[in-house]
Amino acid sequence: MKPYQSLLQKPIRVINIGLESFSEDLRKAEIPVIQMDWRPPAGGDLRLVALLDSLAEEA
Amino acid sequence: MARNTHILKSSYFDSVVLMRVASQLKKQDDISEVAMFMGTEGNHDLLAQVGLTTVKSRAAGPQDLIVIVVADSEERAESTTQDALSMLTDRNAGQDNELDYRPRTLDAALGFLPDANLAALSIPGEFAAREASKCIDKGLNVFLFSDNVALADEISLKKKARRKNLLFMGPDCGTAYINGVGLGFANIIKSGRIGCIAASGTGLQAVVCELDRLGEGVSHAIGVGGRDLSSEVGGLMTTYSLELLEQDPATEVIILLSKPPSADVVKALEALCSEFSTPVVSCFQGAELPGNTFIQTATLDEAAATAVCRVNGREHVPVPFNLPDRISDLLEERGNKAAGKRVVGLFTGGTLAKEAQLLLSKELGPVAKSFEEHAGHIVVDLGDDQYTIGRPHPMISPEIRTEQLIELAETGDLADCGVVLVDLVLGKGSHLDPAQELVESIETLRKRRQLSAEIVAVVIGTPEDPQDIAAQISVLDAAGITVFRSNSEAARYVAMLAAPACRENYMKEAS
Repeated sequence: MKPYQSLLQKPIRVINIGLESFSEDLRKAEIPVIQMDWRPPAGGDLRLVALLDSLAEEA
Repeated sequence: MARNTHILKSSYFDSVVLMRVASQLKKQDDISEVAMFMGTEGNHDLLAQVGLTTVKSRAAGPQDLIVIVVADSEERAESTTQDALSMLTDRNAGQDNELDYRPRTLDAALGFLPDANLAALSIPGEFAAREASKCIDKGLNVFLFSDNVALADEISLKKKARRKNLLFMGPDCGTAYINGVGLGFANIIKSGRIGCIAASGTGLQAVVCELDRLGEGVSHAIGVGGRDLSSEVGGLMTTYSLELLEQDPATEVIILLSKPPSADVVKALEALCSEFSTPVVSCFQGAELPGNTFIQTATLDEAAATAVCRVNGREHVPVPFNLPDRISDLLEERGNKAAGKRVVGLFTGGTLAKEAQLLLSKELGPVAKSFEEHAGHIVVDLGDDQYTIGRPHPMISPEIRTEQLIELAETGDLADCGVVLVDLVLGKGSHLDPAQELVESIETLRKRRQLSAEIVAVVIGTPEDPQDIAAQISVLDAAGITVFRSNSEAARYVAMLAAPACRENYMKEAS
């Protein structure tokens, strides 16, 4: 078994994408956290999202 | 009945926030429905399914918020719509005042927290895989709270995470602890020497709370998602987590919790763990493995107690009840009132429900898992997808249990019920006063529907949790509800009430 450098060996620093209450709980526990202002991509149109992703892959 | 539809253009709101506001407004007597959804394709289908679609709602796009209120009068429908909008805009105004920067892109977020090492995602499932993939590309470990992630996406994300030596916790990961820090629905517990790996959220909560009650703490608790030990996913994150905990100097014993794993995954786990110096205590809910690589336990409480004994260099001898005298007194007091009658279990925690089903069916015979089965005893997981479409999880909003109880009483399904068994799961993210919610509904049913069944509640939590576990238990006690801190003890006690024939055996084992 190879030795790993992993998350378990470091203090956690979090990017929170979604529920704000998770950020609030982490802040209360004095954990560094950035709350993202996430919104559905391409106005939430899943077909358009898939199209954009395939264009990005080609590029 | 009057119906009011309002569309708020170009305003994104998180679904949990919307459901919380809607469920708060729906509590008013003259309001029969409040539906608040973003106008995505799935939500339009959902509105149609529950018969709430209106001409106006059809015009809403995925970036628009739909608010539909059904009330006794047009005035109330209109004023409640305005209340909903004010509650949401107040929340947003509050956010603006916090003066904290909220980046729109992952690159911008990493600009502000360049040494970030974990992304916590709780966004709608259809977008979660895409965002999680970007996080892994940036070298972030992932805690994925979102559900409804396709199996194929889960497999490819976990493979990608493993190639980069990153943890991918989830999907549908409710709880985790990394270096003592709780993520998601987390109880406030001590840090300590026991590491956990769990394919179940409430199962993990029950175990860490029991460890805390026994005076021990947790080094790390890694959620792997309910499907990780299926043959399709092949235990990709369980095996990685086991290796990490084996190498972790703070972890002296590992607890592994899951539904019965597939046979090929069991082989892989056994091959890996047989080389370990750290003992692994397993709880595979109803499955007993032929080998002895794991210290196998039958229940969540037994897993916790066994691990505590192990770190203290003792052997654990399982008993059905830790306080047999209390059980004898309770049985004497209750007599045979519930003997031969139905048991109805209404759970908010899926793994707790499953454990109760297993223990009860051993003594009572078949136990149905859904209301549709209609046969005799029943233990339902109210957090199952079929009960939570468009609603918050019952741990956040236990009103769904109240509604089910009232419906069962109205259809006469509680008439032959001897015992009602429920769970209350405390901790961050959960409802702040589930005991009061339960007691109010039970008292109403006792008065109006002559509910005479014994009520048994299992309370999962710690003294440091925001709900104040002692206060929650007092409220239940005062209402004549029998409280247990252990799910397996609650289920065994309920079995003894309904089937007195099993009392002698259990009490002999306990003494």
